[in-house]
Amino acid sequence: MNAALVVFIKEGRESLRDRRVLLNALVLGPLLTPLLFLVLMQVIVGREIERAEKPLPVTVIGAEHAPNLVEALRQQGMEPGPPVPDPEAAVREQRIDLALRIGPGFGEEFRAGRPAEVEILYDSSRQDVRGALDRLEGMIGSYATRTGSLRLLARGIAPSLAAPIVIAGRDQATPQARGAMLLGILPYFLILSVFLGGMWLAIDTTAGERERQSLEPLLINPVARAQVLLGKLLATAAFSMTSLVLGLLAFMAVGNLLPAGDAFAGVSIGPRFVLQVLPLMVPLVLLVAIGQIGVASFARSFREAQTYLGLAQLVPLIPSILMMIVPMHAQLWMSAVPLFGQQIAILALLRGETLSALGLGLGAAATLLAALGIFHLTLRLFLSERVAISS
Amino acid sequence: MIEVRDLCKSFGARQAVAGVTFSARDGQITGLLGPNGAGKTTSLRMLYTLMRPDSGTIEVDGIDAARAPMEVRRRLGVLPDARGLYRRLSARENVEYFARLHGMDAAQARARAAVLLHSLQMDELADRRTEGFSQGERVKTALARALVHDPRNVVLDEPANGLDVMATRALRDMLRGLRAEGRCVLMSTHIMQEVAALCDRVIIIAQGRVVAEGTPEELREQAQQQNLEEAFIKIIGAGELEAAP
Repeated sequence: MNAALVVFIKEGRESLRDRRVLLNALVLGPLLTPLLFLVLMQVIVGREIERAEKPLPVTVIGAEHAPNLVEALRQQGMEPGPPVPDPEAAVREQRIDLALRIGPGFGEEFRAGRPAEVEILYDSSRQDVRGALDRLEGMIGSYATRTGSLRLLARGIAPSLAAPIVIAGRDQATPQARGAMLLGILPYFLILSVFLGGMWLAIDTTAGERERQSLEPLLINPVARAQVLLGKLLATAAFSMTSLVLGLLAFMAVGNLLPAGDAFAGVSIGPRFVLQVLPLMVPLVLLVAIGQIGVASFARSFREAQTYLGLAQLVPLIPSILMMIVPMHAQLWMSAVPLFGQQIAILALLRGETLSALGLGLGAAATLLAALGIFHLTLRLFLSERVAISS
Repeated sequence: MIEVRDLCKSFGARQAVAGVTFSARDGQITGLLGPNGAGKTTSLRMLYTLMRPDSGTIEVDGIDAARAPMEVRRRLGVLPDARGLYRRLSARENVEYFARLHGMDAAQARARAAVLLHSLQMDELADRRTEGFSQGERVKTALARALVHDPRNVVLDEPANGLDVMATRALRDMLRGLRAEGRCVLMSTHIMQEVAALCDRVIIIAQGRVVAEGTPEELREQAQQQNLEEAFIKIIGAGELEAAP
C-alpha cells in the first residue's frame, strides 16, 4: 500500500479515538455555528416584526394644545406618555427614547392655516431609536397630508395639484435575494466549520507529534517525507470535509426553524444547495488543511500552533467584512481569489443565481494552485532538520 | 557493518561533531561512550540520515548514506533519543504502523508484530493502548518498532535511560541476542556499567571528537587504570585538555 495511505489511515484512526478531536472537529465546529446563526436570525427578524407592530411609546408634552393630532397619532399606534419635567435632559440621559412637544401656539397657527410646529426630541447617536423616530415622523406626516388635502378640498381645489410628482419605487430584488442579504454571514460560517474541522488534526499530527517525541522515529522510516506530509494532509482534509458536511446538514435543519415571514421567502438551504456547495468547497478544504499543517509545523509547540491557528480563523472574515463595508459588485477577479471566490459563489447560490462556469473554474484552479504552493513550502520545512528534532 | 569517517556538524558557531571516525562490526556490540553533550546523539542522527553532515561520509553495509538514504534506512533499526509512542494506539498497532511504512502488507505486518511482541514478552500488553505504559514497557515497544523490518544493523541512543534494574537486564539480554544473530549493534551511552557488561568495543567521544577506541581491556591498559571508570575519566580529561585552545 502507498505510504501516504498508511499514514492517512493511522492518523484517522488515532484521531477518531480522541474525544477532544471528536468534540472539536465533529461536534462543536459543525453545530456551534448553525446554532449561533439561528439565534442571530431569530433576534434580527423578531425585532423587525416587533418594531412594525408594537405600540410606540412617546412622551407627549403639551397634548392639551392639539388633542386632535394626539388622537390621530394614537389611532396609528402611538402610546402617549405623561409629560416629564426636563424632556431634553431625559432624552440625553436615555430615560425616554422620544418626546413630542407641542407649543401653546399650535392651535392658533393651525386654525389660521399657517404651518404649526411640533418638536421631536431624540438622540441621533442611538441606533435603536431610529426606527421609532421614523415611525413617529411617518405618523405625523400622514396626518399632515390628510389635513392638507381636506383643506384644499374645502376650497374647491383638487389635492393632486399640490403633488405634481409622485415617486413610485419598484424594488427589483427577488424575495430570495432579500433573504440572502440576511444570510450574508452564512458563507463565513461554512468556511469556519472547515477551519474548525481540521485544526485539531493539523496541530496534533505535526507540532503535537513532535512534542510527544514520535516524529523523529516516524521520519527515520524509509518513506519519502512528501508521502508522510500527504498522508497527514489527507487526514486533516477528511476531518475538515466531514465537519463541513455535518455543518451543512445542521444548517439544513436550522433552515426549517428560521422565523417565518418575507425575510427568507424563497431562500432554501436544501439538498440541492448542499450538493452544489460541497464540490465547490473541496479545493478550499485542501488549501485550508495544508495551510493549517504548514503553520502548525512551523510552530515550536502545540500551544504556539493553537495560537496561530486560532488567529487564522479570522482570515476568512476579511472578505465578508470587506463586502459589508465596501459593497462591491461581484467581479470575475474576485472569484479567482481563494476564500473570496467561494464566499461569492455560496452567496450566489443562496440568491438563486446560476454560477458562471468561468468563475467557478478560475476559483477552483487558483485555490488548488495556492494549496500546491503551500504544500511545497511545507514540504521544504518538513525536509529541514528543524522539524524532525524534538528538543 | 557501519563505517563513519570524518563526520563534522555545526549548529551556528558551535561545532557539535568535529571529525568523528569509527566503525561498528557485525556480530559485535559497539559502545559510543561520552559525557553529555559530547556529540553522541548528533553523530547517530547523521548516521540514521535524520541530519545531513557538514562533511564526512557514512556507509552502512557498504552503502553511502548521502547517496542512498532510503536504502540505508532499510538496513538500520533505530531506537532514537526521542522514543515517543502513539498513546491512543495499542502496542501492536504502534509496531504494525511502522511495519506498513516499511512496505509490508497487512498480514505480514500482523505476523511480524506478533513475533516481536512475543519475543519481548509483551503478549499480555500487546493490545492495550500505550497511554499507561511504564518506562520499560515503552522502551520495549519502541524496540519492537525499531526491529520490525529485521534490520542487519541496530542503532540505539541511550537505550537504558530511565529503565529500572529488571528492565535493564531484559534489555541487555535482548542486545546479546541480537549480537548472537550476527547483527551489528551500535549503542550510545554514558553509563559505565552498560559498557562493561555489554560492549565488545568502545569508542570514547569528548567534545565532538573520538579520543580513544578499543576493547574495554585495551582502554584500561591505555589509561593505565584498573577501573574502567577511572580510565574513562582520565581519557576524557586528556581529550578536554587537547580541545582547549
